[in-house]
Amino acid sequence: MSHFVRRQRYLIDFTLASLGRRKGKNLGLLGVYTLIVFLLASVMLFSQSLRREAGLLLENAPEVVVQRMVAGRHDLIPADYLERIGKVRGVVAKYGRLWGYFYDPAVQANYTLLVPRDRQIKNGEMIVGHGIARTRGLGAGDYLTFRSAQGQSFAFRVADVLASDAELVSADLLLVNEADFRAFFGITAGMYTDIALEVRNPREVRKVAEKLSVMLPDTRPILREEILRTYDALFQWRQGIVFVLLGGSLLAFVIFAWDKASGLSAEEKREIGILKAIGWETGDVIRMKFWEGALVSLGAFLLGYLAAYGHVFFFDAALFAPVLKGWAVLYPRFHPQPFVDGLQVATLFFFTVFPYTVATVVPIWRAATTDPDAVMR
Amino acid sequence: MPGPTVTARPRHIARAGTLPLLLLAVAAALFVASLIDAAWRGSSTDLASSRKLVAELNLTDLALFTEARYTRHLSQADRHTPFQDHPLALDHFPSGSLVPPPQRLQQP
Repeated sequence: MSHFVRRQRYLIDFTLASLGRRKGKNLGLLGVYTLIVFLLASVMLFSQSLRREAGLLLENAPEVVVQRMVAGRHDLIPADYLERIGKVRGVVAKYGRLWGYFYDPAVQANYTLLVPRDRQIKNGEMIVGHGIARTRGLGAGDYLTFRSAQGQSFAFRVADVLASDAELVSADLLLVNEADFRAFFGITAGMYTDIALEVRNPREVRKVAEKLSVMLPDTRPILREEILRTYDALFQWRQGIVFVLLGGSLLAFVIFAWDKASGLSAEEKREIGILKAIGWETGDVIRMKFWEGALVSLGAFLLGYLAAYGHVFFFDAALFAPVLKGWAVLYPRFHPQPFVDGLQVATLFFFTVFPYTVATVVPIWRAATTDPDAVMR
Repeated sequence: MPGPTVTARPRHIARAGTLPLLLLAVAAALFVASLIDAAWRGSSTDLASSRKLVAELNLTDLALFTEARYTRHLSQADRHTPFQDHPLALDHFPSGSLVPPPQRLQQP
């Protein structure tokens, strides 16, 4: 065993010394290789973290949301629908939700105004999300004035600011009480934005949704599992889009690496010829080249992955923020949680290390099995 | 009289592979450390505050894309929201290119 290890160690030493003779070229290859792994791993880690986070957060979303549709668009829902829904067996709780959007021309940002069910807010007061507080420089006791749907000015006193570590779900939230919400948007009593339901048995949720579709044909139920699936698909989609965008550079790298690994230069051919002439066996030459491919690709994988891990989980994926931000003024500050999927890491490892190593070994095998004299000529 | 005997000390030639292998070992150790870090920190405990807020306010969506209503409340959007200006209007918000239609709308 020790003989085997020592033999491999000598082969690695020789390989590294041989790589060192073409330092610039090999370091360049390692740099580009590392960059490709870094980009792929960053996208993968960021998407996986957001997907898992969305799944955990939205586990607590309403079980069923019932929206009323008018001419294909979401419309306000009358309160008497609550009574009609009450007749569906399995529904244990139902309540109207009040929420809407407000565009603030002062900072060109969209806010989500929402009426909490259990939190008491005084008239003329509001609780603001941390994203809004940061963007507008607000704190408790400050005033915010908005123009309502009727053209009147409404001055709200900031009673509190929501927790900064909940920005991912509340950056743009403004919580007001029901009376203020209705007065501000001109929504009459007896109308809600939508209705949320709780169902006793989770296995009955689909059945309840079917019954609602028949009983209230102008509504559509949105199930929690659909919300979770939507977010799961969203991050897979985005990961896919980025991979497609990266496809061009990835392909360029594959061609470059393949050319580098599989096309033997005259110098390398000479080297193999000399090695064989001084007594190296074909197996040793192949082993030596295997180590070359394995060390370069393993080094690139480790460096790229570690850089991506630091970028996503210690620097909050700073390179991706402008892409996610789009034209939005309010963008939540959040720290991605390190949720790492072992299978994804293994897949990345396989597709970055394996092909390059194989691409290095195959042409060497062809050269190493030929006569040294012919190779050297 | 014999002169002083000089014994040649065995010279250790620096092996070419020592430093790169050492660096590779450090990188491998850091890789293992990153997996341990992910297992250690990657729990839902840090999300407790957000989870509580979602339950309390009955929130349905993440505030990731606040620029348009169909990207802010992605799961609540209908088929027509991206084309709100007129039926053939192209979606003009950058986020629209990053978010697919809700899963429910993709089913026949």
